[in-house]
Amino acid sequence: MGVESKLGNLGIVTTSLEKLVNWGRTGAMWPMLFGLACCAIEMMGSQAPDYDMSRFGMELMRASPRQSDLMIVAGRLSRKMAPVLRRLYDQMPAPKWVISMGDCASCGGVYNNYAIVQGVDEIVPVDVYVAGCPPRPEALIHGVMTLHEKVKGEKIREWA
Amino acid sequence: MGLTKLQMNSALQAITQDLGQTLGAKGSEFRGQVSALVAPERIVEATRALRDKHGFNMLAALSAVDYWPQREPRFHAVYEFKNIPQKLRLELRVPLNGDEPELDSIAGIFPNANWHERELWDMFGLHIKNHPDLRRILMPEEWAGHPLRKDYPLGYEEVQFTFNFEEIEQRKPRPKE
Amino acid sequence: MTLQQVEITTEELRHLVSNRAIEGETVLLNMGPQHPSTHGVLRLLLELDGETVVNCIPDIGYLHTGIEKNIEAKTYEKAEVMTDRLDYLNTMGNNLAYCLAVEKLVDLDVPERAQAIRVIFTELQRIASHLVWLGTHVLDLAAMSVFFYTFNQRERILDIMEMASGQRMMTTYFRPGGLWRDVPTGFEEAVRTFIDDLPRHLADYEGLLSKNPIFLDRTKKIGVMSGEQGIAWGITGPPLRASGVKYDLRKEEPYSGYEQYDFEIPVVTEGDVYARYWVRMQEMHQSLRIVRQALDKLPKGPFRSNNRKFVPPPRAELGTSMEAVIHHFKLWTEGFSAPKASVYVPVESPRGELGVLLEGDGGPKPYRCYWRTPSFVNLQILPLLSKGHFVADLVAIIGSIDIVLGDTDR
Repeated sequence: MGVESKLGNLGIVTTSLEKLVNWGRTGAMWPMLFGLACCAIEMMGSQAPDYDMSRFGMELMRASPRQSDLMIVAGRLSRKMAPVLRRLYDQMPAPKWVISMGDCASCGGVYNNYAIVQGVDEIVPVDVYVAGCPPRPEALIHGVMTLHEKVKGEKIREWA
Repeated sequence: MGLTKLQMNSALQAITQDLGQTLGAKGSEFRGQVSALVAPERIVEATRALRDKHGFNMLAALSAVDYWPQREPRFHAVYEFKNIPQKLRLELRVPLNGDEPELDSIAGIFPNANWHERELWDMFGLHIKNHPDLRRILMPEEWAGHPLRKDYPLGYEEVQFTFNFEEIEQRKPRPKE
Repeated sequence: MTLQQVEITTEELRHLVSNRAIEGETVLLNMGPQHPSTHGVLRLLLELDGETVVNCIPDIGYLHTGIEKNIEAKTYEKAEVMTDRLDYLNTMGNNLAYCLAVEKLVDLDVPERAQAIRVIFTELQRIASHLVWLGTHVLDLAAMSVFFYTFNQRERILDIMEMASGQRMMTTYFRPGGLWRDVPTGFEEAVRTFIDDLPRHLADYEGLLSKNPIFLDRTKKIGVMSGEQGIAWGITGPPLRASGVKYDLRKEEPYSGYEQYDFEIPVVTEGDVYARYWVRMQEMHQSLRIVRQALDKLPKGPFRSNNRKFVPPPRAELGTSMEAVIHHFKLWTEGFSAPKASVYVPVESPRGELGVLLEGDGGPKPYRCYWRTPSFVNLQILPLLSKGHFVADLVAIIGSIDIVLGDTDR
């Protein structure tokens, strides 16, 4: 509207800073390899050619937390592993997001006992929960797209 | 393939009779599987006899069962042995009394008993004597208690539904950021 | 969560590392729980002299789920859901082991059709597990394209499983007494299309790897294990067969009708990483043979036992028969009871001998269910095999033993 209709055919696009930065963030969000159990196999399956996740910019899974901005907690989190998860989350630079993949990561899943943390959101703040045991690769991709929608709605005020 | 059920049974019966005479073991059978009850002091001797004299060359499994609140015996340590050339399997059960029983290690005879016995210590609290490296294996080092005992609670947490959402939300730990 | 105040000092762990580490000559490196090449959450404490591994101490338990204690709290039929998630690449194999143990404990019969379908699914699951092993193992050795090819083929198997049971991985399709429901129409055709198509893909993978000089360099004479060492350390499965010991539970102690099928056990004597690779590739071909024979022979008949004391009646009968209603009520509220005895049932999983020690106490819940998992036992030999090799070879050795951490930690 307005300026764009006059300048559009000169090859100029006007947008707000928010939209530009959010578009950049969703365009190539690199996930960190945090596959713990069975959901990790479905995560690998969604990386595989049948349900390609690299269409969404997630071509590589970085093993190092310092180089990634999305942590997909895939699998059951045991009490021995919980401090490790928190330390890796702290090592990720901001902006960072967390997807809790699967029932065990979201709420403890099938296991309600001494050894499993009942929901990863006791340890790290979660942005998107993906349900399923294990969730289909399409469900994980839907979760990733939901996260992209959420990121596109972020405001400048929340960054600082 | 291999020995028929009848032959296998007679070979195993002969072995359990031999163990009974030399070590006082009591044999029993259920659905074709032969099991022998051995006293805890004789377990190392029995294992050595099985390996050297009777040819049982692999320790297939080693675990325990807790019979709390019964105290005599409170635990049964279960050893599964396998004779590969003759295709035989034999189970040894060792009854253990009391809350902190001691058991001799057979890691000198079968090296793979090392981790199995660490798991017995971790999960049941059976103290293994002469073990080269007795530490917890599955639970974190600082854990208190032995989870697979029957008097250890399951750790069931109340599930957060909509009707009790607020009250559980107050008690549930949440990260600050 | 109960923690006690325990001080773990270096003194207590001194016996694990050599004197050179204490003096500072060798480096202690932590190959942490989160690592791309450890195939799960395995922590290795490496003592390195330059690049050479002097000692390697595995630290497991980061995926301990308390499945055994959870099984004790559920009835026999409900506990089967827990068993899928132990070795998550061999889900139907775990179900099979559990169902065989329950059937042996309560002396339940299984009809022929159910046995044949169980064999088909177990062998398809074995192929799927070996495909994942191949993809991830050679991914660590930097052959990335094979990873994509194998996962593509695995999707076909998961489609077949979804067709029969509705779920891709955690199916719980085998139940005590037989199967949950019969296979749908179109199942036989789908399986035949798959097994006719797979051999050319396997030939592709072998063409990419078997004579590849880089692959041979990285896998020949690495991590050599002798047959006697294997037996002493309790190793079973492909690592033992790659060291010259011809031992496969499907031939030694056949279960579920395996004695009717004609297949071979691949055995080699070298015992290195390449030998284990070769054994698993041949096993995939033999599994295809078994599936073809089982499919040709597929008998008609019921898919689950008729023993109403243990198997709930079909819903159609509930409207007409009073006994059916009573059995249905008892089985779904309390569950069936098992005698006060214990059985040990071993099966051959893609990783080795998977054994279930199931003890009943006369009630509806298992008193003790111990899982003798192959990865737990096979992992013990890692320090022995990796002495004197480089760190890059250590990665190859871990891949060749084929561990799954859900299996190790339970």
